[in-house]
Amino acid sequence: MTFITRDNLLVFLRSIIDSGKELYAPQLRAEKIFFLPVKDVSSVVFDYVQTVESPKELLFPKVERMLSYHYVDGKMNVTDCSRGQKTADRVLFGSRPCDAIGLKTLAEFFRQDIPDTFVQRRQDSLTVVSMSCAGSDENCFCTSVGAGPGDSTGSDVLLTPVRDKRYLVECLTEKGKFLVESEKELFDEGEEINKEEYLTKLLQTFSHKEIAGKLSGAFNNPIWDEASLRCLGCGACAYVCPVCSCFDIQDEGNSRKGDRLRCWDSCGFALFTLHTSGHNPRPTQSTRWRQRVMHKFSYMPERYNLLGCVGCGRCSRACPADMNLKEELNALDHILEEGRQRVEERQ
Amino acid sequence: MRALQEKAKELLESGKVGVIIGYGNGSGERVRPVFVRNSADVAKLVSDNRCRLNLSTYLFKPELKKIGRPAIVAAPATVKSIIQLISENQLKSSDVVTLVVEDDAVVELGDNASLEAYSASHPVVFPPFARKEIETIAGMSLQERFKYWQDELSRCFKCYACRAACPLCYCERCITDNNRPQWVCVPSHAQGNFEWHMNRAMHLAGRCIECGSCTIACPVGIPIGLLTIEASRIVEQEFGFRPGLRCDAPSALSSFKVDDKESFIV
Amino acid sequence: MENSFEPKIVAFVCNWCTYAGADLTGTSRTKYATNVRIVRFPCTGRIDYNLLLKAFEQGADGVIVSGCHPNDCHYTSGNFHARRRWIVFRQMMEYMGIDMRRVKFSWVSAAEGAKWAEIVNETVQEICDLDPSKEFSETAIQKVA
Repeated sequence: MTFITRDNLLVFLRSIIDSGKELYAPQLRAEKIFFLPVKDVSSVVFDYVQTVESPKELLFPKVERMLSYHYVDGKMNVTDCSRGQKTADRVLFGSRPCDAIGLKTLAEFFRQDIPDTFVQRRQDSLTVVSMSCAGSDENCFCTSVGAGPGDSTGSDVLLTPVRDKRYLVECLTEKGKFLVESEKELFDEGEEINKEEYLTKLLQTFSHKEIAGKLSGAFNNPIWDEASLRCLGCGACAYVCPVCSCFDIQDEGNSRKGDRLRCWDSCGFALFTLHTSGHNPRPTQSTRWRQRVMHKFSYMPERYNLLGCVGCGRCSRACPADMNLKEELNALDHILEEGRQRVEERQ
Repeated sequence: MRALQEKAKELLESGKVGVIIGYGNGSGERVRPVFVRNSADVAKLVSDNRCRLNLSTYLFKPELKKIGRPAIVAAPATVKSIIQLISENQLKSSDVVTLVVEDDAVVELGDNASLEAYSASHPVVFPPFARKEIETIAGMSLQERFKYWQDELSRCFKCYACRAACPLCYCERCITDNNRPQWVCVPSHAQGNFEWHMNRAMHLAGRCIECGSCTIACPVGIPIGLLTIEASRIVEQEFGFRPGLRCDAPSALSSFKVDDKESFIV
Repeated sequence: MENSFEPKIVAFVCNWCTYAGADLTGTSRTKYATNVRIVRFPCTGRIDYNLLLKAFEQGADGVIVSGCHPNDCHYTSGNFHARRRWIVFRQMMEYMGIDMRRVKFSWVSAAEGAKWAEIVNETVQEICDLDPSKEFSETAIQKVA
């Protein structure tokens, strides 16, 4: 098995920057951890459970220019940003296994129907170097959504912290191998170990497959009202989520120049589904909360065979009203199960 | 805490209120808003120094209004926001039973006079560092201040958690929701963020009661309260007006004095 | 002036006083700087501070906001409301690091044609002495990095 020490890891990260690639890694800002561009590798942090924001903006930025126009010398010049130059080569370091699955799911989602060239280009030039989880908190639930603290799906390289500031290194893809081999001498071969011993233990509390089945009959169930009472209808959960992909398109400009921009949006906002007629098919927070849960756990699996949640727990941590998705899903599971049993008993 | 739970039980059983809006234990060490409707559930209510989010923002939630007359567990800032809402004709003191917890006793503030008396004897409670931070920022040069705010606001991704958590942001249609004209750009680029936070501060000038909910709610750690507090500080300094004290107070920016002083109009 | 920078100034003025005053400047054949574009409002009370932000975002280097003297407002109290708003807005903008020397607030009555010319000339001179509106155009109104 291949290993690397913490010191050599920092040298490795340094070499990535020196090779001209952009490096994104967890760093401290305003007492919270974010994925930020790295200038000085000593600012990379290792001792934390989860970042505030997911790394999804590396594929799906908060604001992205789709096209721009400029009227010059009597001619209108339009730049179609979906064509043209490749995006910069980037390396994401320190994403958790749930984040890597999130990136993969997000990219896959944007390939449905009409493939999105913006997302695709970014995915092609991104290398994902993830870090398995030695710790977790009460908001994490990756094991209930088919993932785990050492899952390698979606990563190009997966590191697992073992004893004495050493990391197990797994190269999972050609991209990953290429990156590691460029600094071969920093890595050393070592003994066989059982990776599981070094991962955090996270009990599975529900099954996403079973929930999908139960949810499909739950549209008119009154459970949604109770659960959403304290939801304030902000966009925090959608924006920190690795998989949430709703966006708005805004045209900003005047008759001489302007841009068409794509930016993040959230189904939690009251106006998200407001029609020009004034009708709103999701007029209450309860209908919007239902949409959020069903989209992730029922509609996406049904339509695209993709699960819309990776169990990272960011939504729960970011929520000002402490809406805890793991808790809500367990409660839903329980209530729907009871309902199902009652129906069966009657039959 | 016991006293609060007993009081809640009494209010529910007598039918005086239909729901108690309070705090309960949440995920890990957190507290969360809870809505107690049955006297059997009053044990859920807690009251300690973790209880900082201003709950009066829930008084406008249609789903809660449907349940019935609310009682609200109020910190001093919550009382101030209720007074401010009364002065803006959004509430009457009879619409809500305000409960304050003092040394294990629960006091019911049922009318304007008792609300005002409580507010007057309980000064502003935003974390003490906020005053110092504002002084530090005021002491910076213009360029330093610009850089400071551009840095802080660069993390903003326009989730509007600050707006959702603020009891005084009760507009059913916010300025950001207008697109004719688009006063506030939707995307969270530098312009959109600047416009949003400038507008929010201006709309809260003379109305911000410094509960700190906006700062608590912000998922990316921006000290938003430093903007709205500054706007209110300007109003206090220039017009001698403080929000959250009088139920019949006029609105600072919708009123004027003929002899308002300024030094910059030529 | 040595540099050839011609600032773009937008003026938000009230119809009854300043606009009439500016008209008087014209009919008096007074020559003054041509950098200003006047936008007419019924009253200064109607001027939203967002319009000032938009002016800068669209490339203005300076802004003039002008209306009736206190107690002379055609609608009685519009300018009093405006004054309160400007007092707060100015300080908030400075708190966020925007140089408010770029905005001139004034009272110009319908009879003060000469004053209007003076205000415009002064503003143009002052803006020339400041750098072209950099902080706004290069940072605060960045769309995409």
